[in-house]
Amino acid sequence: MTDKKHIEYPDKSRTPLSQQPQEIEKPKDEKEIGALIRVVIDGVEVKVKMGTTILEAARKANIKIPTLCYHEDLCIAGLCRICVVEVEGMRTLQASCSFPITQPITIKTYTPNVRQARRHILDLLLTNHYGECYTCKRNGNCELQSLADEYGVDFFRFGKMERPRYEVDSSSYAIVRDMNKCILCRRCVRTCIDLQEVGVLEAINKGSKTEIATFFDKPLLDVVCINCGQCINRCPTAALTAQDPSDIIWEAINDPKKHVVMQTAPAPRAAICECFNMPPGTPLTFQLNTAIKMIGFDKVFDTNFTADLTIIEEGSELLSRLKKALVDKEPTALPQFTSCSPGWVKFLEHFYPEMIPNLSSAKSPQQMFGALIKTYYAEKAGIDPADIVTVALMPCTAKKFECNRPEMCDSGYKDVDYGLTTREMASMIQEAGIDLPNLPKTDFDNPFGTATGSGVIFGATGGVMESALRTVIELVTGEKVEKFYDHANITPVRGFEGIRVAEIKIPKVAEVPLILKHLFSDFKWLEGATLKVAVAHGTANARKILEDIKKGGIFSTMHFIEFMACPGGCLGGGGMPIPTNIEIREARARAIYQEDESYSVRKSYENPIITQVYSEFLKDGPLGHKSHKLLHTHYTKRGKFIF
Amino acid sequence: MPIVEYKNGMFSDIKPEEGLKKALSLSRGEVISIITDSGLKGRGGAGFPCGTKWNLAASASDEEKYIICNADEGEPGTFKDRVLLKEYPNLLFEGLTIGGYAIGAKKGILYLRGEYTYLLKGLLQVLEERRKNNLLGEKILGKDGFNFEIEIRMGSGAYICGEETALIESLEGQRGEPRNRPPFPVNTGFMGHPTSVNNCETLVLSARILAKGADYFKSFGTPKSTGTKLLSVSGDCKKPGVYELPFGVTIKELLKIVDGEDAKAVQIGGASGFCIPKKDFSRKIAYEDVSTGGSVIVFGEKRDMLDVAINFAEFFVEESCGQCTPCRFGTVEILKGLKNLKKGDLSLSMLKELLSLGKTMQLASKCGLGQSAPNAFISIVENFPDEVLGREEV
Ligand SMILES: Cc1cc2nc3c(=O)[nH]c(=O)nc-3n(C[C@H](O)[C@H](O)[C@H](O)COP(=O)(O)O)c2cc1C
Ligand code: SF4
Ligand code: SF4
Ligand code: SF4
Ligand code: SF4
Ligand code: FES
Repeated sequence: MTDKKHIEYPDKSRTPLSQQPQEIEKPKDEKEIGALIRVVIDGVEVKVKMGTTILEAARKANIKIPTLCYHEDLCIAGLCRICVVEVEGMRTLQASCSFPITQPITIKTYTPNVRQARRHILDLLLTNHYGECYTCKRNGNCELQSLADEYGVDFFRFGKMERPRYEVDSSSYAIVRDMNKCILCRRCVRTCIDLQEVGVLEAINKGSKTEIATFFDKPLLDVVCINCGQCINRCPTAALTAQDPSDIIWEAINDPKKHVVMQTAPAPRAAICECFNMPPGTPLTFQLNTAIKMIGFDKVFDTNFTADLTIIEEGSELLSRLKKALVDKEPTALPQFTSCSPGWVKFLEHFYPEMIPNLSSAKSPQQMFGALIKTYYAEKAGIDPADIVTVALMPCTAKKFECNRPEMCDSGYKDVDYGLTTREMASMIQEAGIDLPNLPKTDFDNPFGTATGSGVIFGATGGVMESALRTVIELVTGEKVEKFYDHANITPVRGFEGIRVAEIKIPKVAEVPLILKHLFSDFKWLEGATLKVAVAHGTANARKILEDIKKGGIFSTMHFIEFMACPGGCLGGGGMPIPTNIEIREARARAIYQEDESYSVRKSYENPIITQVYSEFLKDGPLGHKSHKLLHTHYTKRGKFIF
Repeated sequence: MPIVEYKNGMFSDIKPEEGLKKALSLSRGEVISIITDSGLKGRGGAGFPCGTKWNLAASASDEEKYIICNADEGEPGTFKDRVLLKEYPNLLFEGLTIGGYAIGAKKGILYLRGEYTYLLKGLLQVLEERRKNNLLGEKILGKDGFNFEIEIRMGSGAYICGEETALIESLEGQRGEPRNRPPFPVNTGFMGHPTSVNNCETLVLSARILAKGADYFKSFGTPKSTGTKLLSVSGDCKKPGVYELPFGVTIKELLKIVDGEDAKAVQIGGASGFCIPKKDFSRKIAYEDVSTGGSVIVFGEKRDMLDVAINFAEFFVEESCGQCTPCRFGTVEILKGLKNLKKGDLSLSMLKELLSLGKTMQLASKCGLGQSAPNAFISIVENFPDEVLGREEV
């Protein structure tokens, strides 16, 4: 029924060539003579593939070489020089992160020269770094701090910065830039330009005046930053951090008049374990509920509920668009784009405003929930919405921006008051002295208690698509998804390839189910049709698709495309625990798919509470009047230049 | 101010396009082996054998290749490339064309220092004439299959853009910052294609070697440093200028020629070179002894060597591209130290620390700028301890 294709695109990255991964001709067959090269590192012999860097070879030999500008997710820069080693026969020390091995060499990683150089580099960085570790958000999780510790830095050899050099930029709703703590590793630059292809940050000036700046050094609020926070996750220090609302949240909790309500998204629940020294991929969903209650939140709800609601609304919207195009032959913006990733939404608003009509008007689950809590829930619980404070535990920094969008007040109040990241939640729990890993489990609160597995997988790239397909397939064909996919796992849309595409044939159609009767009289027009969908994560991949659509390429013939701003989807979000790399993200994904399998109900439309909310409150069904008011939104053409 | 030529040197008996004609009568491989045989090493400073560089670029597998003439001449005290550009533009383009032929490039780029913009008009005229005379364009001098064009691109005043990979970055429209090496430009250069970057003088000499033969070239210099070298001499001497001299000439001999015999020190190799004190004036100018891209600055008795050191240190603080840690911040610490030294306010232990930091910069910086930035500081402190230490507090 489906056909998964992997599309290779020529890489048109805007990254300077010097910062792109270096192409060393690698032999195709590992057994080929010369394909494996013998290197000796500190007396340990390892055989590595042609083109392997010294750093990779050393890791293979279990030898630790310090790094700062190197990051697994990014192309190589080779500029901090902390990773230098001695290569026999070479006059100067070599940066191990950027030295490809092409012939047998002997390497020493801790000669006097190497140790001296590393000490000097650390001394120089510290001398030009302003900050006190004990007042710092990255205290205990800072690469500069741990290196200073490992190398026994005991005094400021070249003096100490007494005053800050830069003003802290906290203009953005999501991100705080404190360049006084910046060590100029340019990981953020490479993240923004290479991984995300947004290009907000760049090094300016030269020599010791070099600094990381935005376009014309404007505040972050006034540039094209999409608030994805990927740069935060890859910054080795606290130069980049998230806007932390926890103090105000504590205040609200301590205010007896306030009814403080938490909603938790699936990705943080699969990752918060990492902040408590547990292996990545240990889900703590229900222990977290206990902690949230202990902290003093009045209620804890599951964002998955509105994820299910999003599927119903967005799925209905897709079917309506398809009908408009196929039956009514009216001009319709297709493919429809998902809208639940606020970083992606802002990316589109800035760089492709002409494609805003393609964006689903459905709000993200976070915002749908906010609107429902301050209307439906307030009414049901008999609480004045003015006294309700809604907090959203999210993997994402862009969610902080999203809840502050002026239009997000459809309940008559600010729908979501604060977006809290996984990291900030962990700090609150630590501050309260709570031993999260060993807590008993607590269920989510009613009336939104039960969710489905579909909501959970929103946390991984491809998850929204999979959930939507599960529901759309069953609603349209009247058959169980399990008939087409084992265990309803729609694997073609899963995975970590940057762009994935799938085609779903609709062999037969059924009666229109009750929930959609007000929208469609029959589904005959879909019989024999092929639904073409795609999934992309990371805005660099999004850009590839959008450029293809502009040219009228293969993606312009598709029907539905899921976009997530962050690599890996929400589980790689900018508010997730630091560090991040592909193994960690894979572990988080495993936790999320496991949780999905553990649910008895795994299709959004089968969620009984959804039916209840439509009949009790939203009344006129998906895309109806009330849902339009509360659950849908509009977008802003922003463009690339902001004045 | 033309070149003060060496008697019967490489600039004698110039016949128009003699080298190019010779080159085109040979195969590419033969041209490269003549250059290799001559022992011609890069005149830009690093001294990499030109024949080897061309051979690497020629054997790289890619249809598209480039040859770039590095005319960014930014080293303090060098002005020999300016004289070549002004007085011998045809010889320069001849050499660039020969290089293009040898490595199989269809395009040559002259990267001209921003400060030399006033030369641009004349150079463009020369190119236009060469085009008319079939010395550029298709089937050059009737040679089937040899098509070559030259473009001039302007630098914009940063010293670091003379470093070949930063130069390429700048040509590509990026910040002028050095790349990681390897890969080297001969494999992955301009726009990712194999590229040979050569100094003006190297290219001019390659044309002369083809005209006069490798043996003629080798009759000058030392076995390891063959041929003649253009030296830009400035500072405290009566006859500054650009001199053609064979490698192996001693500093003493040189000072006699330029009439600067009462010098107390000579800075060889510009800001990134070394300061040679009087007691070492018998040393030779050659790759194996005191190496230079051409800059020779003479310091007379009255010079304050500490001021000289501070001057160079300021240059590097200004010119560091700021990419890598040792150079970005190390240059600043050295300057700070020197200024404190002048104030009589630097402890001996701190001076030792700075010398050791200098060594770190030499070893761990990403490019030649940072690697050579501490040279002047270290050699002045080592050679003139009595003069620079023990200043009175002011
Ligand atoms: C900081 C720095 C500045 C340089 N500036 C120049 C320059 O102005 N002109 C030049 O020919 N080479 C310069 N070089 C050397 C070039 O990197 C390169 O080695 C040279 O152009 C190669 O030509 P050659 O082999 O003919 O010498 C510089 C190197 C460094 C590290
Ligand atoms: S960024 Fe790191 S080193 Fe700097 S103050 Fe914070 S924890 Fe300390
Ligand atoms: S938040 Fe995202 S878009 Fe903004 S600067 Fe960081 S990486 Fe770039
Ligand atoms: S802000 Fe952080 S990631 Fe960016 S250059 Fe500075 S230290 Fe590196
Ligand atoms: S050594 Fe200096 S000029 Fe060279 S890359 Fe490093 S900072 Fe830039
Ligand atoms: S980690 Fe290798 S140079 Fe920075």
